[in-house]
Amino acid sequence: MDERNFQFMFYGFAVAWFLLAAYLLTLVARESKLRKEVDTLKRMLEERENKG
Amino acid sequence: MKTKILMAMALFSGLYLVRNLYVILLQLPDEAAQGAIYRIMYFHVPGWITSFSAYFLAAVASIYYLVKRDSRADEFAVALTEVGTIFTMLGLGTGMVWARIIWGVWWVWDPRLTWAFICFLIYAGYLLLRKTIDEPGQRARIAAVVSLFAFVSVVITYKSIDWWRTQHPGAVLSFRTGGEQRMDPAMEHMLFQNWFALTAFAGVIMMLRLGQERMQRELDALRRYTHNL
Repeated sequence: MDERNFQFMFYGFAVAWFLLAAYLLTLVARESKLRKEVDTLKRMLEERENKG
Repeated sequence: MKTKILMAMALFSGLYLVRNLYVILLQLPDEAAQGAIYRIMYFHVPGWITSFSAYFLAAVASIYYLVKRDSRADEFAVALTEVGTIFTMLGLGTGMVWARIIWGVWWVWDPRLTWAFICFLIYAGYLLLRKTIDEPGQRARIAAVVSLFAFVSVVITYKSIDWWRTQHPGAVLSFRTGGEQRMDPAMEHMLFQNWFALTAFAGVIMMLRLGQERMQRELDALRRYTHNL
């Protein structure tokens, strides 16, 4: 492979892969946060219904 | 079942991307003038096509919402737009790195780049706007209208290299040049393959985002129910 500008090619690839990986990690973190919130609310509702 | 399909798609797109990376770096012919940097094109161009495809589908979903008032269409629109915005960032970022070497600057305000940036700002605005409206029906209605107007910026960005003299390279893909071959067929073939792989990956993250949007709506409904008790 012609190695001229290889360093900047690497930067370009890094930008692409970093963006996709970072978004994927954000999605995973968001998912676990949402699940926790839904579970907490459902548990709260169940407790209220049991008391009522 | 749905999770298994999603996992299979994720595995397929991941492996396909790695395989493509191997071909891009080690098997494809060199470009005479640019050196290694031209290989950025294999992420830059497919990234933009994936992004525009997502915006197009988001516009279709928005029209469907406005006609049928089906909240599922709104869920699709927001998931597609968010994924499209990530790929817009990918297109802008990789393009800037390429420009730094080929043009000597990170950025120029030429029509293609300017409209690409405007396009990014409009869709980022769409996503921010959604966060500012609490009432779900109103949010979906306004967002659908914004999505349709936003798509105009996609069309202008796409056609800008035909309408104006730009520093950005003109059309090279055969489907845009009326079949005329302006690049090595092996390079063009690889470009389409990486587009396919990126689209598969975009499909996976779009489905993940869609699931979260549904969960968020369930959460909102539970909150409203709890509040009204």
